[in-house]
Amino acid sequence: MKAEEAFAPLKQRALAEWQGLQESSRPLILVGTATCGQAAGAQAVLEAVREATGRLGLEADIMEVGCIGLCYIEPLLDIVKPGRPRISYSNMTPKLAAQVIEDYLVRDNPRPDLALAIVDGEAMDGIPRLFDLPMLKPQVRIVLRNCGYIDPKNIYHYIARGGYSGFLRALSMPPKEVIDEMKKSGLRGRGGAGFPTGQKWEFCRNALGDEKYIICNADEGDPGAFMNRSLLEGDPHSVLEGMLIGAYAIGASEGYIYCRAEYPLAVDRITLAIHQMEECGLLGDDILGSGLSFRLKLRQGAGAFVCGEETALMASVEGRRGMPRPKPPFPANSGLWAKPTNINNVETWGNTSIILQKGADWYASFGVPGNTGTKTFSLVGKVVRTGLIEVPLGLTLRQIIYDVGGGIVGGKAFKAVQTGGPSGGCLPASLLDRPVNYETLAAAGSIMGSGGMVTADEDTCMVDLARFFLSFTYRESCGKCPPCRVGTRQMLHILERITRGQGEAQDLDHLQEIGQTMIQGSLCALGGTAPNPVLTTLRYFRDEYEAHILERRCPAAACKELTQYYILADKCQGCLICLRACPVQCIRGDKRLVHIIDQERCTKCSTCLQVCPFDAVARVSGKAIEVPSETIPVTAPPPRRGGG
Amino acid sequence: MAQELEAIFQKHKRERSSLISVLQEVQYKLGYLSPEAIAEIARFLKISESEIYGVATFYAQFRFTRPGEHEIKVCLGTACHVRGGERILEEMERELDIQAGGVTPDYKFSLEKVACFGSCALAPVMVVGKEVHGRMDPNRAKKIIRALR
Ligand SMILES: Cc1cc2nc3c(=O)[nH]c(=O)nc-3n(C[C@H](O)[C@H](O)[C@H](O)COP(=O)(O)O)c2cc1C
Ligand code: FES
Repeated sequence: MKAEEAFAPLKQRALAEWQGLQESSRPLILVGTATCGQAAGAQAVLEAVREATGRLGLEADIMEVGCIGLCYIEPLLDIVKPGRPRISYSNMTPKLAAQVIEDYLVRDNPRPDLALAIVDGEAMDGIPRLFDLPMLKPQVRIVLRNCGYIDPKNIYHYIARGGYSGFLRALSMPPKEVIDEMKKSGLRGRGGAGFPTGQKWEFCRNALGDEKYIICNADEGDPGAFMNRSLLEGDPHSVLEGMLIGAYAIGASEGYIYCRAEYPLAVDRITLAIHQMEECGLLGDDILGSGLSFRLKLRQGAGAFVCGEETALMASVEGRRGMPRPKPPFPANSGLWAKPTNINNVETWGNTSIILQKGADWYASFGVPGNTGTKTFSLVGKVVRTGLIEVPLGLTLRQIIYDVGGGIVGGKAFKAVQTGGPSGGCLPASLLDRPVNYETLAAAGSIMGSGGMVTADEDTCMVDLARFFLSFTYRESCGKCPPCRVGTRQMLHILERITRGQGEAQDLDHLQEIGQTMIQGSLCALGGTAPNPVLTTLRYFRDEYEAHILERRCPAAACKELTQYYILADKCQGCLICLRACPVQCIRGDKRLVHIIDQERCTKCSTCLQVCPFDAVARVSGKAIEVPSETIPVTAPPPRRGGG
Repeated sequence: MAQELEAIFQKHKRERSSLISVLQEVQYKLGYLSPEAIAEIARFLKISESEIYGVATFYAQFRFTRPGEHEIKVCLGTACHVRGGERILEEMERELDIQAGGVTPDYKFSLEKVACFGSCALAPVMVVGKEVHGRMDPNRAKKIIRALR
């Protein structure tokens, strides 16, 4: 076959390069330097690695890799000694990294005390296998298959691990069969709504017009979600190969990747990846002699959430204000410049490449019927193990939050999990045993969304969380249709009043009514789903609203206007710690004199609560605590030593 | 200025769809979109200035006033909200004595709030220039700023 022949030299070179790396006589050191890794300090670790290998005169290869998802214990450093399995070390600091390198590479001590796991081999020296760790055990890596394993800046690493073989297979089939394969896989769009991907492609393939476009939606505007960022940073070619396959199946000649500007590293990685594809003849005219001509362009978003909506995104690519328009006509018939256009999410494209590589049946063997495959989630908020995960569809919320996420930080009580971001809802503990799929989440009043999963504990006020989301959608509403423009404004106004303790009895009915109007009347799904955080909290946490309105009390003691801080006379040691830490100097007292907070000037920043070593600061709502009016001598018994 | 911008213009087609990319590159270069820059862009793309303002003001990314030498961005996305991002912002407002959206009189610092940088697992997050700092607390945030003074 012609395309395969044309591809053979690329494959050969890739295998040689990859094998060289695997069978090298030099040790290989890997550092996870995705954005999350850098936020944890990976750059300093990388520099320490370079410094240490230089200082010790070690001949080692150093490779930067994407995120493996264990963000909560980043920075991660991995070492492969020739002939040995890859050992991963977590929570690295520059000093620790240098130490590990010296101990393992010079003294042959793999430091089991510092090691996290063996990445690709059997457990040894008491170090467990990576996929036996509780966070990884329930996971299945399909779309994240290469993240953390390859150098995302090297197309040959991707090719060596099977990359672009899905595209080759697609080329060997008529386009219609490629679409059938996609349909058979059961893949549903990962951008939020879950529309069957193969069917969407078919609409566009069948649409009249000789010029067609495809788009990769990498706007990822849901705050608290970073699945798309991670994939693009860690394995950009898996997404771009998906687009090539889509171009062939649909008959598109041009593709756009719309990536938010807040992801500069992802933008760099895509730019480089496109360049490499061009150099390898995987973009341009007559790709691999197949007759397919396809070009890819990158466009950066400019900070507008609504531009994640497909018609708004297209307006933005055309250089206009990113405002949605009514559908129909659907993009499949009239999209970019009124030409037939197919748009899919980053993760949808990332799945496409592996589906074509391994086959629809293989893909459909994961997950459950109707919800096949895996889904990535960004597990964040108050869970112990925050990070990026990929699990088969159908796991329960409890399995995700407790088994994978390790439960709630500090042993606090779980209160809610928020899925789907500003378009989604807050689900209570009673729904934790629901399986996660498109239908169950919708039935509970939320949505799957793109995969943001934010967990809240007892310290989070659900009314305040609803207010937070409405302040977001209010700001991001494009203003084109009144239900959304006015509705978000009104809802926000009411929620602000309630969280300030000025709520009125009829507010809850008004919220419900406005919400219904927005759902029915909004032009696009931004307004149509913006009430979800309010409606779900009203449904599951009504008592919290009522406490705010009827008792002027915030049960979580989180709403500032309803909360007071007191220093407890029977616990205060007069140690000056809070007094010195208070950013507005509103604490009086002296050494061995009980401290007092000036309620008038207190900004309720909670610094005193965080710094007090004696649990002497109380945060309460709806009741006052008796405290001395003058700074009397300390009477509390001295704390027992050693108890912490 | 015209010359500075010419280099950017040369990379783009003289068509409507180049507008946002051109605005972005001009802002990367100058730090903000000055009235003079908008006038130049209007001339290059043959679009009226008012239309360019119409597009540019729609997007949160674009700014029309000079930023500080160090741009401080505090994340108030959902994960950071739940993990106390507001406390970081308040601390920065006190430390710099400006409100979010403001710039210090000496143009050394400007302060902004942003909804999510995608490092949510390390919330709360603050970005200084191009550097992302995770697992912030008010004290660490203050130290980072003080080191830049
Ligand atoms: C307000 C709003 C924001 C959206 N943001 C995104 C986004 O950031 N990423 C995304 O893929 N889809 C987003 N969508 C959904 C897109 O309109 C579209 O359905 C999706 O890109 C289709 O891809 P899929 O079929 O692969 O899911 C958003 C929709 C709305 C209404
Ligand atoms: S919510 Fe702050 S980085 Fe995502």
